[in-house]
Amino acid sequence: MSEKKSVGTVFFNGIIPENPTFRLVLGTCPTLAVTTSVLNGLGMGAAATFVLVCSNIAISLLRKFIPDQVRIPAFIVVICTFVTMVQLLMKAFLPALDESLGIFIPLIVVNCIILARAEAFASKNGPVLSAADGLGMGIGFTLALTLMGAIRELIGNGSVFGFNLLGASYEPMLLIVLASGGFLTFGLLMGLVNLAVKKFESKHAKKEAQAA
Amino acid sequence: MSLRISTAPHMHNPLTTQRLMQFVFIALLPTAAWGVYAFGFQALLVLCLSMASSVLAEFLWQKIAKQPVRIGDYSALVTGLILGLNLPATAPWWMVIIGAFFAIMIVKQLFGGLGDNFLNPALAARAVLLASWPVHMTASACVNPTFFQAGVDAVSTATPLGASGNYTLMQLFLGQCPGAIGEVSKAAILVGLLFLLVTKVISWRIPVIMTASVFCCTMLISGATPEAALAAVLSGGVLFGAVFMATDYVTSPITPWGQVVYAAVIGLIITLIRQFGSYPEGVTYGILLMNIATPLIDRLPRKIYGVKKEAKKA
Repeated sequence: MSEKKSVGTVFFNGIIPENPTFRLVLGTCPTLAVTTSVLNGLGMGAAATFVLVCSNIAISLLRKFIPDQVRIPAFIVVICTFVTMVQLLMKAFLPALDESLGIFIPLIVVNCIILARAEAFASKNGPVLSAADGLGMGIGFTLALTLMGAIRELIGNGSVFGFNLLGASYEPMLLIVLASGGFLTFGLLMGLVNLAVKKFESKHAKKEAQAA
Repeated sequence: MSLRISTAPHMHNPLTTQRLMQFVFIALLPTAAWGVYAFGFQALLVLCLSMASSVLAEFLWQKIAKQPVRIGDYSALVTGLILGLNLPATAPWWMVIIGAFFAIMIVKQLFGGLGDNFLNPALAARAVLLASWPVHMTASACVNPTFFQAGVDAVSTATPLGASGNYTLMQLFLGQCPGAIGEVSKAAILVGLLFLLVTKVISWRIPVIMTASVFCCTMLISGATPEAALAAVLSGGVLFGAVFMATDYVTSPITPWGQVVYAAVIGLIITLIRQFGSYPEGVTYGILLMNIATPLIDRLPRKIYGVKKEAKKA
């Protein structure tokens, strides 16, 4: 890692250019499973962000002490610790959210975003950069999940955050909150985000070419 | 000069897409006419709305994506008509429009347009509507009561499958039973089939084998009498699916034996869903599942001409 990275670039990298959900296609399982409502998406994103930031910092601090051969089990033990904390906190203070997220909270342990960032970033960079990376990735994940949750809740239930927006005469499209609707929304959003990024990049490249 | 490169098989067919679609459209007219006659003005509205929104969806997509506008090839019109025939006459207007836009934009155009869609657009849209608004999709006004029998009340099952035994074979055959607009009259569907066979738009294989497969599987699996098995063939959307939807060029296998396998398995899936599934009707899912399997079926070993069979010793 000869290239010097600034905290800002590392942070914004996770939000759009390497958005874990839409650009890296990581963590697809919770993305599809919990985004049936905005609140679920937001809760899942927040929990994952907390674990991601903490585990990135911890692993970055421990990176010189973890033997290379057993690094994955070591990462998982660190991640487990934080997931257990989130789970216990959620059970204590947000029992309703805990109920609706169910198994997907303990499953954050094997969330590929967290493991991927530990492996690809935190084990090679200092704690400050790792924290920025974790926060950026976490916010990118949370934004993606919240967006998907909002779309699916609006179309599939006629509401957002539980408030009915479309009126009583709206007949919700049930499919969107079912599993197949999750795949559909995910695919369409991924296509749109990639299209937007492509457009933006080609515009940017043109501008640079003109400036040069 | 730009060369258009497409994958094998390169088959010559004097029929253009436009001509083909016109033939399919004509073949659909008898069953559409029966549907309008049986279910009344409402059915005509559903059909027209479905066709208009399909063509509009195709037009809008091709404008937005800056593609040449090809609504003149009638394929969107045919998709719209098939979708309309798949809906009950009582379908609300917004549901018809959503179905048509879903069929054209998401199932067909997102995967590359006509020829590249891996599912039958009209059928996929029907599956989406069925999963989203089951109440609207399964409610069906009964056939025009003043014409057939006085005092028949509306029966709210999608197909006679939910209330089997209430209809005689003749009633099922002629279409004096509830159901989607296009699926009720088997006689009108057979007229369409005859037309498609005479004009060589489709071969007999898929429709005949699929129907036979439903007949045999019903007898073998549920131990039904031949009469009951015949009733199973004549109820619901088996014939409509076999003639107009399973035969879609894009989503059915190319090789003759592939078509045999495809049609036979559709029949098996339909029977399994009807007998053991939680849905009363399985035609939609049977055909859609085999649509997905079509690329695999096309890869089944087939005879290669001009090559001697090599000895199996390696």
